[in-house]
Parts: sequence; C-alpha cells; structure tokens
Amino acid sequence: MRRIRAAAVGAVTLSLVLSAAACGGGSASGGSGDNSRPKSLTYWASNQGANIEVDKKVLQPELDKFEKRTGIKVKLEVVPWSDLLNRILTATTSGQGPDVLNIGNTWSASLQSSGALLPWDEKNFRKIGGKDRFVESALGSTGVEGQDPAAVPLYSMAYALYYNKKMFAEAGIQKPPATWDELVATGKKLTRNGKAGIGVEGSNLSNNIHQVFVLGKQHGADFFTPDGKADFTSDGAVAAVKQYIDLMAQHKIVAKGNAEYAQNQSLSDFAKDRTAMVLWQTAATTFKAQGMDDSEWGVVPAPVRSGKPGRGTAVNSMVAGINLAVFKNTKNIDGAMQFVEFMTGDEEQKILNKAYGSIPPVTSAQADPAFNTPALAPLRETLATSAAALPQVPEESQFETVVGTAVKELFADAAAGRPVTTGSVRAKLEKAQQQMPRK
Amino acid sequence: MPSHSRPAPRSPMAAPRSFLWSRAVFLTLLTGFVLLPVYVMVSSSLKPLADVSGKFQWIPSELTLTPYRDIWKTVPLADYFVNSLVVAGSATVCSVVIAVFAAYAVSRYAFRGKRVFTVTVLSTQMFPGILFLLPLFLIYVNIGNATGIALFGSRGGLILTYMTFSLPFSIWMLIGYFDSVPRDLDEAAKVDGCGPLGALFRVIVPAAVPGIVAVAVYAFMTAWGEVLFASVMTNDTTRTLAVGLQGYAGQNDVYWNQVMAASLVVSVPVVAGFLLLQRYLVTGLTAGAVK
Amino acid sequence: MSPDATMTTTAIEKPGGPTALRHDPGAVRGPRRRPGRLRTLGLPYLLLLPALVLELLVHLVPMLIGIVMSFKELTQFFIRDWGTAPWAGLDNYAVSVDFHAPVGEALLNSFLTTCLFTLLSVGLCWLIGTAAAVFMQETFRGRGVLRALFLVPYALPVYAAVITWAFMFQRDNGLINHVLHDQLGLTDSPPFWLIGENSFVTLLVVSVWKGWPFAFLIVMAGLQNIPREIYEAAALDGAGVWQQIRRITLPSLRPVNQVLVLVLFLWTFNDFNTPFVLFGRAAPEAADLVSLHIYQSSFQTWNFGTGSAMSVLLLLFLLVVTGVYLTVTSRGRKSADA
Repeated sequence: MRRIRAAAVGAVTLSLVLSAAACGGGSASGGSGDNSRPKSLTYWASNQGANIEVDKKVLQPELDKFEKRTGIKVKLEVVPWSDLLNRILTATTSGQGPDVLNIGNTWSASLQSSGALLPWDEKNFRKIGGKDRFVESALGSTGVEGQDPAAVPLYSMAYALYYNKKMFAEAGIQKPPATWDELVATGKKLTRNGKAGIGVEGSNLSNNIHQVFVLGKQHGADFFTPDGKADFTSDGAVAAVKQYIDLMAQHKIVAKGNAEYAQNQSLSDFAKDRTAMVLWQTAATTFKAQGMDDSEWGVVPAPVRSGKPGRGTAVNSMVAGINLAVFKNTKNIDGAMQFVEFMTGDEEQKILNKAYGSIPPVTSAQADPAFNTPALAPLRETLATSAAALPQVPEESQFETVVGTAVKELFADAAAGRPVTTGSVRAKLEKAQQQMPRK
Repeated sequence: MPSHSRPAPRSPMAAPRSFLWSRAVFLTLLTGFVLLPVYVMVSSSLKPLADVSGKFQWIPSELTLTPYRDIWKTVPLADYFVNSLVVAGSATVCSVVIAVFAAYAVSRYAFRGKRVFTVTVLSTQMFPGILFLLPLFLIYVNIGNATGIALFGSRGGLILTYMTFSLPFSIWMLIGYFDSVPRDLDEAAKVDGCGPLGALFRVIVPAAVPGIVAVAVYAFMTAWGEVLFASVMTNDTTRTLAVGLQGYAGQNDVYWNQVMAASLVVSVPVVAGFLLLQRYLVTGLTAGAVK
Repeated sequence: MSPDATMTTTAIEKPGGPTALRHDPGAVRGPRRRPGRLRTLGLPYLLLLPALVLELLVHLVPMLIGIVMSFKELTQFFIRDWGTAPWAGLDNYAVSVDFHAPVGEALLNSFLTTCLFTLLSVGLCWLIGTAAAVFMQETFRGRGVLRALFLVPYALPVYAAVITWAFMFQRDNGLINHVLHDQLGLTDSPPFWLIGENSFVTLLVVSVWKGWPFAFLIVMAGLQNIPREIYEAAALDGAGVWQQIRRITLPSLRPVNQVLVLVLFLWTFNDFNTPFVLFGRAAPEAADLVSLHIYQSSFQTWNFGTGSAMSVLLLLFLLVVTGVYLTVTSRGRKSADA
C-alpha cells in the first residue's frame, strides 16, 4: 500500500516537473520582437555615475525629453554592476527582460552567443543612422567578428596613465613615463616614505584582465587563438602576466596592500598623495569626488614597450565602454529602435558623455570641444589610434573569471613575499586554461 | 555573586572562586568579541569619509552626522527599508499561519503519509540554494506567463520564496511545542463544542504563544538577511535592504561611513524588536526545539 | 520532534470526530457533503495543504528541475531555450568528480575546505554557546543586559554585520591589523586577511561571531528543562559547581545538542551569504566554500549544467551525513536510555 502511494506521489511530481521543464524558457520565441506594447519601454542602465541616484538624475531628464518627442514612456532602472550580469542572465533564461539595456562592451560576444539580443544587421543600423556613424574601435567590441553586432556603442573609455603632479614635483620628475622601462624607473624614484610609485587593483578581476590583455598584446600574444580556443600559456601571455605582477613582486613599486584592492581603493590612495600613478579608464570624475582638483593630476597615454603607441604590439589600452543592446523579445521593437537612435544621436551623446566623463563613440559628437580637454584628449587619441578590443569570443566572461582570478592569486603570492617566477605564472595560467569549457 | 532575592537555578551552595573567575574572564572576553564590530559600526558611521578610507582610528578625528544625512541620497534607502519590511513581514505572518496548521495536523492527527511529510519537509533544509535558484525563477516566470500573476520581480514572489524557506524549521519547532501542550486541553475544548479549528485557535495557539513568537522571529530574520535570491529576483522598485545596502559601494569608492550608518539605521529597529521578544524566544525554544 | 510519539496517540481523533460533527458551527466552512468521519479524515490533509503546495512549488519541484538540469549541457548557448540544450548524460558529473583535472580538483579542494570550516565553526559555535549559557545559568547582576547583548550578532542583518567585518579585516586600514601590527607589534608586516591563507581564519571568525548566539539561545532553552531538584540532590551529595556541570548539565543537554549540532552543520555547510559578502565574486582558495564555488561555477562561467551536478553531489553528501548522524545519535540515545 505504502509503495503504491509513493509511486503515485512520484508520478504526480514527475509530471509537474516535466511540464515545468517543458515550458521552461519556452517563452523566448526566437522571433525578433513585435509592437504589441508600443507606448512604453523598459531601460536597464548600468551604473556610470558616482552612485545610482546620480545616474537617475542624469538620465531622467533625457528620458523625459524622449517621451515628449515620441510619446513613449521609458521606465528606467539603474542596475548596480554587482547585479547586472546576473539580471541579464536571468532575463535571458526567462525571456522576461527589459526592452533596451546597457551591457559592458566586453560581454558583447558572450551575450551574443546566447541569442537573446537583437542582431544589428544593415537594416537595423540604417534605422539609427548607419554603422559608419560610430568610431571603428568601438564597433570592434560589439560581438564576434563576422557576425552582426549584438549591440551598438554608447559610451567609450580608454586606459591612460594618470599621475599625481604634486608627488612628481616632490620627487623632481619632469616628464611622465612613456614606456614601461621609464615607468619602472620613475616608479622607483617615487616609491619612498611609505608612498608607492603606481597603484593596482589586485583583487578586481576585470581590471586585472584589462591590464594583462594589453600587456599581452605588447608581447604579441592574444589570449585566444584565431579560431577562438583559449591560449593562456603562450610565452607572450606568461611574460605579460609576469610583467604586470613584477611591478609588485620584482620592482616593488606597488604597495603590497594593493593585492586586496577591488573597490577602487587605488584611486583613493592616488587622491590622498599616497600613490603617484594609476593606469585607469576615465578617472577624472572619481578624483573630483575624492576631493582632488583637476589641476592636481595629469594624464598621458598608457606606456608601451618602446616607441609610440599604435597598432599591433604598440597597443596601450583595451577598448573600454558601454554598449546599448535591444532585447530580442521586446514588445516594442520600433520604439526600442527609436530609443537607440535617440541615445546615439549627436545631441544625447554629447550630453551623456559629458555627464559621465566618457568619450562619445560617435564620430560627429567627438568633435565637440568638451572632449578635447587635456583630461580627455589622450583618451580620445588612444581610442582612435592604439586601443584594441578584448577577445570577442563567447567565453569572454569565463576568461575574465579564470585568468582574472589567476592574476589575483599571483598578486597575493607576491604580496606574501612568495617568489613569482615564469614557472609559477605559467602553472597558474595552465590551471586557468583547463577550467575553460572544453571545445 | 548570585543575588539572593531569587533562587539560583543550579547551585544552592555558593559557587567556588575558580568558577566565578572563569566566568568573569570568559564573559568579558566574549562581550569584547561581540561588541567589537558594533563599536566599529557606530564609530565609523560618525566619521567623515576621509577618516574611514584611511588608517583605522579608535577615536574619530571629528564627529559628523553627514553620513546619516547622505545615506538617503546615495541609495533610496527608505524604499528598500519598506520593501524589506513588507516582504519579511508578510513572509513571517504567512509562514507562521501555515506552519501552525501543518504542525497542528502532525501533532494531533494520525494520517497516512505523516512520516513522509515530516521527513521530506525537514530534508529541504539540506538543499543548496544555488541548486534551485534558477529553476524557481523559471517557474515563477512561467506561472506569470500562464496566469498573469507577476511573481518574478514582484514582492509576491519573494514573499512566497521566503515563507517557504522558514517553513521546515518552523513546522518542526511547532510540532514539538504543540506536543507539549496537554491533549486534555483541546479534548476538553472539543467537548465544550469547539470544532478542530476552534480547539486550535482557542486552546493550542494561546498556549503556544512563546513558540509561535520564536518561530516568527526566526522567519523574519531569515527573510530579512537573505542575499542570493533577492539579488536575482528583485528590481529597483522591489529591491530589499540586504541587496540594496551594496549600493554604497559605488563606482568610485566605498562610502564606508555611509555603509555603517545605513547598516545601523536598518539594524536598530530589528535588533530592538528582537530584544523585546527575546524572553519569548527562550521560552518558545525551551518547549519547541529542545524537547 | 518525533513523529512516532504522536502516532501512539491515534485514538484521540475518533471521539473528536462525532463531537465536531454535532457542534460544528457549519458556517465556518462551506456546505458539508461528506459524512463527518470522512471529513475528519480529510482534515489533516487540508491543514497540510498550504505547506505542501509551497514546499512543492519552492523547494521540491525546483530541486527536481535542478536535477534534470544536471544532466544537460546547459551553457550560455542554450539558456535561452532549455528545450534545445542537448542531454549530457553523466558528463557534468564526470567533470565534477575528475579530481585529476582542475575543475574536479578545485571542487574537491573547495569541498574539503568547507568540511574543515564547518567542523571548526560548528564546534566553536557550540563550545562558546554552551559555555556562555552554562555560565549564565545562575542569575547575577547584569545577566539580562549581557544576554540581550549576546543576541545582537544574531539579530543584525547579515549583510551589515559581514561588511563591517570586511571593513575591519582590511590590510592597510583595518582595525585588526591596527591592533595586531601597529599597537601590539605582533607581526613584522601587516598580514592579509581577505586574500591568501588567512582568509580561512577570517571566514571562521565571522562565521562563529554570527553563529554562536544561536547555539547560546538553544542551549539556554535546553537548560531550563533540567529540573532543579537534580542539582539540589547533587549538592546535598557534596558535588561542587564544576562537578554539577560535568555530571548533570552536560549529559542533560545531549538531546538538545543532537538537534543543535545538526542544524548548525546544515546551515554552516550551505552558508552562502557570509563568504559572498566577505570576498565578493572570487573567494580566495583557502576560503572557497562550496556554495560560493558552485555559484561561481554556474553564474560566473554560465555553465548551469555543471553547477547543478555539483549541487546534486553536495545534496547527496548532506543526505548521507544527516542519515548516518541521525542513526548513530539515535542509537546512542536509545542505548543510553536503556
């Protein structure tokens, strides 16, 4: 008797499961949206300003403007970075998401592979004024090469070397470094009395990736083969990672404490005259928020191995930025297109990028003198001539996690005084590579 | 020394010196351990940002109330607070009511499947949350698509989730508590003309108030502090405190002083309520959990 | 908690049935179509129904779906439409338990770390909680205040408490190093607490700080059930306080401890909030608790199939441990009673 009951319970549960599994994720129909809800849009914005409330203040007037013009009400949600990727992931799984959203441009290929985002083919690009309105390097970070982009560029940023003028003057340094050798030499002069030459964010996985990616480029290494396989252990990649760690391990121009930094503490150190240099993307607004006047810091292009920044092994920054994507099953595809057109239009590009201290990825908007200040010119220059997009492969987020963690652990080793050798770096990268999905 | 106005529960003899000394040392150390973070919270919340992002100082260089003003501007703290209250409050009430019914059934009736029920419910305590996070999310979305009831992203979905989280422990505790209420009492009530539910509400529930309070406190705390499900299942209008407090770690810097101020502001009402109810808590647990 | 105990008193609802039928104010629940006896038989199920529905909806069905997921190749290519995800057979399990490859090795390492962590945390929580409860069994001046104080860690929202500890454990600016290094001069250079090996200690400290008040609460409740007469009798026999504690208090707490240790074990083993708030998305190896590890394996790398397989393995482990634990402790109890 008991057994029969158990069987019956089992059967009922199983059928429940199967029905749930069968309709699981089934809501994504694979079509490219419709216009069943033409009067409203939901927009997920990433956190670009000092905090979420600042973002709301920046964006809301623009959304009101859009509503006045088109009659479409945009419901804004600013999603903190800590939640954004998970929220997108769950939205993808369930088919219930925003109509338009911001994504970190390095996620483009990963999200593209999930098929949740509207592909930007010729036809769609035409609706927002054409592909050639955008800066080329920014377009390079919108998805796998050879496929229609998964998103369009919205804000652009680039890495540059920020230096603390007061600390440079005290150490008697005239000229900020332009090559890594100079940077190390300069750093050694600056590292004294408990102050450090340069700051890093050793526990920030994304930042680690950005830095070692550029160094990898300079050593002629990509972290992926042309056909998209993980290739973390090439001599160039190992040398790149080791060079970055050696700022702390060998040259000792990075304070040990930086190994645990993950929340921009290095910027706070910079603003407090405890660290003389940082490699950062558009740090101006942060310095201001930290009470540092614009006149107290300078900015120059990030260092290269030798010569001047350029293409190939003279790359000195990743293409950083935020992209704008349309969720495939939007219920207001036309409105979403109008909204993207609005946000990437010259007028909005100028307003928004000025507010966030970033650079417009739209050529015509870049001409505005506001983006040619001493603070922004080096960044704009870098983007135009010597920035490279992070590998556009579906496994990019795994790459960030495993290699970013490897670098974090190596920094921990260096900070603890354990030797960091070519062998130990290679071993860590080897382990990281084996954690990548098999292909 | 034990006060002699009330009888000591253990020893009628005076405690030896060794006992008194160990007690004093142990309790002093423990108090320090418990209070250390509380002190850091309070003192840091009164420091300017420069103080908290520099070397630690026991005494603030200057006292400021600015963090307490700024917390409301950095993050919509008041909204999060209301969300958390509504979610945790509703989850608690529902969970307690449901647990009372279930525990009553198990405690007072014999029926087929009882053992299966109690064992299954208890075993859910073992489920790693991460295993059913995504499936649960999918189920909510599908229910939403099928019926139009928005569970995902709404407070309702979160309430449903949290009340279930606290159910197993609550049911199990209340079974223990109800078992300790003499059966003669509800039998007598039934003879007096109460139905089974009448007996439950007029006799058993009043006799089990401490147990119910203990369960309610537990359910509330479970819902109040949960991070994982809240981070995926809420949006900016339904975000709860546990997730929302992370907003003070902004793009540029961690506003440590604000984090501490906000943590204090949201903790004070909960801790106060908790302490008010603590007497019930011990009594409730005495009969419920530890039988 | 003992379902058997209630089984033995089945007889009571039989008289209850007819009585209810006679006097039931029928307005409370709708029209009756069935004879009273049958309805009474249905009543317990009716009472259980809400709990059952919720458990099915939120715990059981999602868990079963999770088990189904563990047999699928559920990566970012397929999450949008699960139906299209190919069956992976036992591949996800094979990857998880291949301890010679990094994925399995990392899982094993994380699992062992969690075991050690749980053992120490539960042990310390129990020890501190019991000691505090026993010391505070007798009334003394300030006992009420202390008791309230000791419950504060339990009452503080998890996030607020843990983030405060993270703040204190910073290397350069934290209180811990300020005391250890700057003020006491115990270390040559300030150690790291949030990365590297020490992170295990950090996690343990925070977990014990948060967890011991629960043990304290339960043991305190358990102490109230020990009859005073036993102590009095022991005192008459000349047993001192320490002896009373050893011979009466601790043995009497056995049944309480059986449950307490199990509950603490399950909560600690599955704890996600503490390491997540403390270390963010990449926990140091030394503090890589298995729940966070699985979160990383599924959410950070978007491989929900493998993540689910790991969770299922974890669940199986917990089931076995709990089963063995309950069998062993119950047997111990029975033979002790006999």
